[in-house]
Amino acid sequence: MSDERFEVVIVGAGPAGAAAALVLAREGVEVLVLERGDFPGAKNLFGGILYTSVVNDLLPEFWERAPIERHIVNRRWLTLDEDTQIGLDLKSAKFDVPPFNNTFTALRSKWDRWFAEQAEEAGAMIICETNVEELIVEQGKVRGVRTGREDGDVEADVVILAEGANALLAERAGFRPQMGPRNRVNAVKEVIALPPEIIEDRFHLEGRQGMALEYFGGAVKGTVGSGFIYTNHDSLSVGVGCLIEEYLRLNIAPYDMLDDFKAHPMIAPLLRGGETVEYATKMIPEDSYDALSDLYEDGLLLIGDCAGLVNPSIHHEGTNLAMASGVAAAEAVLSARKANDFSKARLAEYRERLEDSWVMKDLKRYRDTVHFLLENREMVNEYPDLAIRLVRRYFTLDDTPKDDVLKELWKTIRDEVSFFKAARQMWRARKTML
Amino acid sequence: MSIDVRAYLKPHVHMSLEERLALVKRRFADESHISVDQDAFRADPQKAVLFICPAQVFKHNLDDDSCIVNYEDCLECGTCQVTRRYTTWNNPRGGYGVTYHYG
Repeated sequence: MSDERFEVVIVGAGPAGAAAALVLAREGVEVLVLERGDFPGAKNLFGGILYTSVVNDLLPEFWERAPIERHIVNRRWLTLDEDTQIGLDLKSAKFDVPPFNNTFTALRSKWDRWFAEQAEEAGAMIICETNVEELIVEQGKVRGVRTGREDGDVEADVVILAEGANALLAERAGFRPQMGPRNRVNAVKEVIALPPEIIEDRFHLEGRQGMALEYFGGAVKGTVGSGFIYTNHDSLSVGVGCLIEEYLRLNIAPYDMLDDFKAHPMIAPLLRGGETVEYATKMIPEDSYDALSDLYEDGLLLIGDCAGLVNPSIHHEGTNLAMASGVAAAEAVLSARKANDFSKARLAEYRERLEDSWVMKDLKRYRDTVHFLLENREMVNEYPDLAIRLVRRYFTLDDTPKDDVLKELWKTIRDEVSFFKAARQMWRARKTML
Repeated sequence: MSIDVRAYLKPHVHMSLEERLALVKRRFADESHISVDQDAFRADPQKAVLFICPAQVFKHNLDDDSCIVNYEDCLECGTCQVTRRYTTWNNPRGGYGVTYHYG
């Protein structure tokens, strides 16, 4: 059926695909990675935080040579109403030394390109500007891929699908449930250029220290979503994202949500003097653990975003799960190769490896987070707003005796919060969100 | 090199969506990678694709209540098809479409 044959074909040279390619190439496997962009990372986007426990295993002390932006020493989680913010602030000198809490800001066009080069140097072949149009499936077994190139079929013992959040191949071949407004976030982001010195002064940073600010509640109009500002070396990543269903419910466009966020009195001063140099958008999968497909078929493995491996909780982890799944897939392929058996039963080892690791343990932990928030909107709306009003009133100085202020606060809580409902919600929140 | 701090105290300059889209490098294909079932679009009371697309690829032609697809503006997130199945979205040909400089 085709002239070309590789042991493994990987579709997509993002973090998941490149991690799989790196591990396989190191073991001498003939790997072909097909990337539709001009170079790996050309079409890729995320908010801006790269968690790197997996990278550091694969490429120890990568920060010495990789194109990372800053290491995060300061994180803030904030909720806004129309003119006030409250939040939690974590800043630690412990995060200022290697391995920097495995938390860095990065820009994907640079990072993905570098990470894919590491796979290339290990012996993987990466061909860019090549779109995979369909999987070649015979009698239920994936035999290879059909590319958009002339004579473009490539055969393989196993295909690893790392096509990203817009999982066209997986969905069309029936290997994953349909994507929809309830399991996909749309996020929009701007990169806003500022000199490093201005960033360091404005965000109280020194050298390559970085800061991550995440905003909830009124910052994103009380939707199940968030806004963010992350410091890069000489720019800020600024964006918002929420479930597509939320934009539809509010009849609002993603860019309008972003513009309102940027214009907020708590946000605008942080962006002063900055020039937007890029506008970008991406879907984020928030498939619950319960909705994941098997992730392994005859001759096929699904990794990264197309598999739905994103932690939708406040941790917002994605690329590290992608890379961990790439490594797990590669290891499963290595043992399948030893047995010369690429059947579905054999490749189940991939899922077993994920289940035994933090990847699936975390996805299980947060399997109900999104659903819980959609069914209990008070969590992202009324409660954060109430918290702001209570804290603001507590510290609002007038001639009211503090005893009376406290009485007023308790009255507000009693008037606005149904005790049993809130107690039940907090109990469920502890179980589904913490 | 010294920095004039005052230059960075001025408000961030708001850009229109058109201006922001113009920042993104794109290589245009001759053929659209997006199609719309016009009857289903007309039947959508919310006309969701008109505002859900972060690049405003879809415009409403009020003359015949049809949907115009400016596929050249597409940033390739795929949100349109996930939102409304009356849009069909395929990857642009390899090497075409968006190239992010930062990402």
